[in-house]
Amino acid sequence: MKPAPFKYVVPDTVDEVLALQAEHEDEAKVLAGGQSLVALMNFRMAQPSVLIDLNGLTSLSGIENGGPVIEIKALTRQLEVERSATMTALPIVAEALRHVAHVAIRARGTFGGNIAHADPASELPALMLALEAEMVATGPDGERVIPAADFFKGYFTTSLEPTEILTSVRIPTKQPGAWAFMELARRHGDFALAGVATLLDVEDGRCRSARIALFGVADTPVRATEAEAFLVGKDPVGEVLEEAARITAEALNPSSDIHAPGAYRKKLSSVLVKRAVTAALNRGDMG
Amino acid sequence: MSVQETSTDAQDDLVVQVRVNGESRRGFAEPRTLLSDFLRHELGLTGTHVGCEHGVCGACTVLIDGEPVRSCLMFAVQAGGKEIETVEGLAKGAEMHPIQQAFQENHALQCAFCTPGFLMTVSALLDTNPDPSEDEIREYLSGNVCRCTGYVGIVAAVQSAAKKLRDQGGTADER
Ligand SMILES: Cc1cc2nc3c(=O)[nH]c(=O)nc-3n(C[C@H](O)[C@H](O)[C@H](O)COP(=O)(O)OP(=O)(O)OC[C@H]3O[C@@H](n4cnc5c(N)ncnc54)[C@H](O)[C@@H]3O)c2cc1C
Ligand code: FES
Ligand code: FES
Repeated sequence: MKPAPFKYVVPDTVDEVLALQAEHEDEAKVLAGGQSLVALMNFRMAQPSVLIDLNGLTSLSGIENGGPVIEIKALTRQLEVERSATMTALPIVAEALRHVAHVAIRARGTFGGNIAHADPASELPALMLALEAEMVATGPDGERVIPAADFFKGYFTTSLEPTEILTSVRIPTKQPGAWAFMELARRHGDFALAGVATLLDVEDGRCRSARIALFGVADTPVRATEAEAFLVGKDPVGEVLEEAARITAEALNPSSDIHAPGAYRKKLSSVLVKRAVTAALNRGDMG
Repeated sequence: MSVQETSTDAQDDLVVQVRVNGESRRGFAEPRTLLSDFLRHELGLTGTHVGCEHGVCGACTVLIDGEPVRSCLMFAVQAGGKEIETVEGLAKGAEMHPIQQAFQENHALQCAFCTPGFLMTVSALLDTNPDPSEDEIREYLSGNVCRCTGYVGIVAAVQSAAKKLRDQGGTADER
């Protein structure tokens, strides 16, 4: 199918975008990489009457290393982030991106667009939770900084106001040393049935802190807070790890769809937590 | 604010000027015209195929400024001023591109519906990675679906094309 007609505008500044959003409200949609939106428009599941193309905003593209935080501008293409030398400081980001769709999608799809789209099966929202990143929203009253934990509100729903856009993402560079990113998908590049991002701070065989974020198992990405708390002070292997995995799954109630029943996803989440924590520890050992 | 060389008021048919396979081309497009349809219907470049129109099959893959992209997930007006490469640009007259030769020799196609998308994706892969491993090939091509051949012949074709190009000492682009 083909998209319904719309009025097409390419603003040069964020202020122009905000003015257009204020003027057209629900009628308007912003277009970033289009890798979700154009597909929805082709199927007429989205029919904005005004399309505000952000691709003219060069100021919204690029990666800045500001010492304690790396700031990724919203329009930076996913492939550019994956290949960026700056991002080698946070290798879990490129690892997660390699699980997002395919090269041709990542060449066009943007980092911010993926996060603003808030697909509960997406890799990046869960990664933002695990990295305790901050989303920078710009609206008529200026900038607003939203912690990842408060950003994802439900299926394809964020705490962005209709008058705001996501302008960048700030990721703290100081992160726990042991990490792993894993998912299970039917085919490489497909949306995951379930996946996990974990970061562990381990000293003398004990977890000082643990972060476990899951995707594909709820209407938003979720932190396995009970399991994280359980792991603190313990050696995350053997029965301890079994128990953490059990606690993770127990807190979840994934829904079923054509790809997999909820019970399967629940089971999968515990398997992935075990595998990911083990992989993180092994990577930590290797230095 | 602008709409590629046209005013925002003229929303019916906009003039879109692109470079395709090294040639300057211009045509008309509504804002909602997909790049895939613009290439096929407006510029007559029907080598770019359209399978799913939601980014899943890869048949419509073209190169824009050297990167593989889905032409079904872009509007033609967004391609204004860009350098586009389509499958028509691969062969030199009657002489097929080494990637095309390798596909033929390795039986990497049957109906050929998927082939233009594969060829363009492989061309991008071999430009950045002249000697990819089988895993790298399979990962890079994971976004292209072939319903006929299975992928064994396709992977073999990519390996053979990579070798041909290395032996010639050129990239996929500059033979
Ligand atoms: C075949 C295929 C497979 C895919 N597989 C995966 C996958 O495995 N994992 C995954 O995570 N994604 C996957 N995707 C989606 C892809 O990552 C998209 O690029 C991403 O979800 C949206 O980013 P975009 O820049 O293309 O945004 P767009 O499609 O342009 O926009 C998406 C939505 O976000 C809004 N939006 C975009 N940018 C902003 C902003 N700065 N501020 C406010 N709102 C904004 C738009 O209005 C729209 O509603 C896949 C896509 C395809 C076509
Ligand atoms: S037609 Fe574009 S990906 Fe299928
Ligand atoms: S050759 Fe028929 S789909 Fe690939």
